Amino acid sequence: MYKLLLSWRYLRSRWIALASIISVTLGVATMIIVNSVMEGFTQEMHDRLHGILSDVVVESVGLGGIAAPDEHERIIREELGADLEGVTAAVRVPAMLNCQVRGQWVTQQVMLIGIDERTYGSVSDFSKYLKHPANREQLSFLLRDGGFDSPLPSSGWEHRRLRVGTERAYREELLRAEETRRAAEVPPGVETPLAAEPSRIAESANEAPRADNAELAKDAQRAADGEAASDTNRGSAAVGAQAEGPLADVASGPAPQDPFRRRRSGGSDFAAAAGSSPTGTEGLGAEGMAAEGMAAEGLAAEGPANLFDELTEQHTGIVLGIAITSVRHRSQDGTVQDFFLARPGDDVQITFPNSGQPPKAVSDKFTIVDMYESKMSEYDSSFAFVPLSRLQDLRGMIDPRTGVGSVTSIQLRLRKGADLDAARDKLRRRFPIEQYQYRIETWRDLQGPLLAAVRMETTILNILLFLIIAVAGFGILATFFMIVVEKTRDIGILKSLGAPSGGVASIFLNYGLALGIVGSGVGMVLGLLFVAYINQIAAGLEWVTGQEVFDPTIYYFQQIPAIVKPFTVAWVAVGAVLIAVAASVLPSLRAARLHPVRALRYE
Amino acid sequence: MIRSHQSLPNGESVDELKDGSAGLGRDAGYGGWLARLDSPHPSRGVVDTAASESKDVAGPVVKSAAGAVAAASARRNGIHLAAKAVKKSYRKGHVSIPVLRGVDFEARPGEFTAIVGQSGSGKSTLLHLLGTLDAPDAGEIHLRGQRIDNIAARERDVIRNRRLGMIFQFYHLLPELSTLENVLAPVMIREGVFGYWRKRRENVARATRLLEMVGLGHRLAHRPRELSGGEMQRAAIARALIAEPEILLADEPTGNLDRQTGREILSLLRTLNDEHHLTIVMVTHDLAIASQADRTVRLVEGLVEQV
Repeated sequence: MYKLLLSWRYLRSRWIALASIISVTLGVATMIIVNSVMEGFTQEMHDRLHGILSDVVVESVGLGGIAAPDEHERIIREELGADLEGVTAAVRVPAMLNCQVRGQWVTQQVMLIGIDERTYGSVSDFSKYLKHPANREQLSFLLRDGGFDSPLPSSGWEHRRLRVGTERAYREELLRAEETRRAAEVPPGVETPLAAEPSRIAESANEAPRADNAELAKDAQRAADGEAASDTNRGSAAVGAQAEGPLADVASGPAPQDPFRRRRSGGSDFAAAAGSSPTGTEGLGAEGMAAEGMAAEGLAAEGPANLFDELTEQHTGIVLGIAITSVRHRSQDGTVQDFFLARPGDDVQITFPNSGQPPKAVSDKFTIVDMYESKMSEYDSSFAFVPLSRLQDLRGMIDPRTGVGSVTSIQLRLRKGADLDAARDKLRRRFPIEQYQYRIETWRDLQGPLLAAVRMETTILNILLFLIIAVAGFGILATFFMIVVEKTRDIGILKSLGAPSGGVASIFLNYGLALGIVGSGVGMVLGLLFVAYINQIAAGLEWVTGQEVFDPTIYYFQQIPAIVKPFTVAWVAVGAVLIAVAASVLPSLRAARLHPVRALRYE
Repeated sequence: MIRSHQSLPNGESVDELKDGSAGLGRDAGYGGWLARLDSPHPSRGVVDTAASESKDVAGPVVKSAAGAVAAASARRNGIHLAAKAVKKSYRKGHVSIPVLRGVDFEARPGEFTAIVGQSGSGKSTLLHLLGTLDAPDAGEIHLRGQRIDNIAARERDVIRNRRLGMIFQFYHLLPELSTLENVLAPVMIREGVFGYWRKRRENVARATRLLEMVGLGHRLAHRPRELSGGEMQRAAIARALIAEPEILLADEPTGNLDRQTGREILSLLRTLNDEHHLTIVMVTHDLAIASQADRTVRLVEGLVEQV
């Protein structure tokens, strides 16, 4: 009884001891905060790292790829059995992405991934990061009308129509000005005045990409020649072009050579019905393309031309990472904004190696149909997704005899909770590296260094912080020794009254326990409160210091993530209490061993 | 000065106190004196210090039949507390300084013995040995014939807690506890948390009564630092008595007090001895104070010099 009473009285009358416990409080609070934030970061990073990656990847080392994906898929299904939840084949090639921004070409380096849009969703969380709600349900490489999520500005067909319309109106305006000028210079009666200087016309229309022109010219040529005249619905476009008399002559000027032959057959799937829109035919004149003019001049009468109407058709769809074509910056009022160089509805040109030996560069135009934001900047700034069959086709990966396309990687999703490493090892045994040039890795292997770094960081932080609490323990030890010395006479009195040594020791142990509980309890409350209001506190600190504590342009997150794990909190709190008790053991023993007579005589 | 004597509550609590002392399982001759404290015939003579100074030990007390029986049985039992050929020396570095060099000492039941001597004569050391606060280098300490210097520490703790009461020159009250709690400290030490809680009201009542007896009924909630020296010594006496000890060991109880206060404290001890036949061993260097004891033992350089 006296033990509790005295411990309690000492607790109330010895504020110095409470001061010594403050370090425990701070240590506990810090540990809880750091662990929560690190846990939040780790969790967030795991999610993001894993986000668009599948669980296990079987990847061919060479760009040639895995020849018979179906056969491999069958073997993998056999190997993994029930653990396997989804399988998809993909082609990954490094590529160069070009897009035109205000007349300037911007080049980005991307990892071009051909995916099967029907099955890719089953192996990764890719689709849930897409910006169009309908695409999140089921990805389609057809451009949607609109309704993309923020931060995308107006996108899709609505943007495409607006952009193309504006461009055409602008060019028409330029042409008209040129015509007027020419009409003033050249006396009437001269037929086809523009034909005299075709190059100047071409220059005046420099809003249109030259390569595009050239390509289209080539296309038109081929279409007219009847080589690839599979599309009949493009005839109206040609007719529209033919109707513009003056331009037809312009087209007879020299056109740049297109190094790559455009394959319309693949892209035609994605073309909307060109003739359905009356604005399309009207606008073509403004487009003023030499190619169309040429087609119209020479061969229009012979059949439907295979022409591409930007207004109503799209190229093959592509899904880009949001950071590939956007620049994140901070506006004047301090909010973080994204500026988009290209958005869904715009076209980009992509150049990548084909599967030839040695590889040669292949180019094609793609229309951005959606973007994804996994918030993992590494992915968001490099991965571009296109339809698998189109990429196989462009790279020449389809066997002309069998019609089977090869792939460069097979991606697997395993059952939740399945042992990824075991599955990986199983597959590695089945496809030994000596025989098959496959790299078989789990997503953790792929992100190994980063995950290991985070883990090590957490461990070291915990060790350091626990050392802080241990230092606090030495503080308690010193303070308690002081208190024992100060209380020497009281200890003698208690002993003279018949208190056993154990009882005297337990006064100080109780005292230590009480201090530990108070210290770590307060620390726990402080820490949890801090974690709960961590973003507000960060904002407050920013306001006070004028220094940005958490810069969203650097980190992946807009806010500081924090996850409180009850187990960690309990562990930290109990650990701190134990340290406080452990620190009071020595002083207690000293108190217990005090000789009663010497203690009574102590001044 | 012992006005509290008149204000003692009578009657209803006597029986339970008797039960309590019986529960300790001690000889009836030593137990139950606190019950007699509340006897319906309080001594009139105690109020007058001069009267109690008279050597008439039996005096007014023998009016109580129970007291007479107790006194008689005490005398019959012979030696109460004894030191036999006790030696004790203290080490200072490599030099051993002998303090007690073979002391024989006896205290009879109900006897008020004073140990006197110069500073450094070893009288306090002897008292500590008698009170089992320290162990002799050689020799034995006997409490009613039972050797107590070589028993386990735990048993010595129990003896200190239940059978011996101690008061000191510097009062030695616990500064964190109130007067009442200080008096209750031995009971708290004896009982566990639940045991104490169960008997709390009873113990508090007893402590209050004791404090009233020593004249501190109005100081229950005060901290020791708010009390005067005399009041602190009274509180210490009350604390020594709460466990109803057989023997009261007093180490210079008046040494830190002015003459008048010292006399009051001494008369209180005298009363306890006179009325309740409490065996008292008191150490003092003041011969005037020692003269009030039944018997005086003089220590000179670690040896007894019988007076």
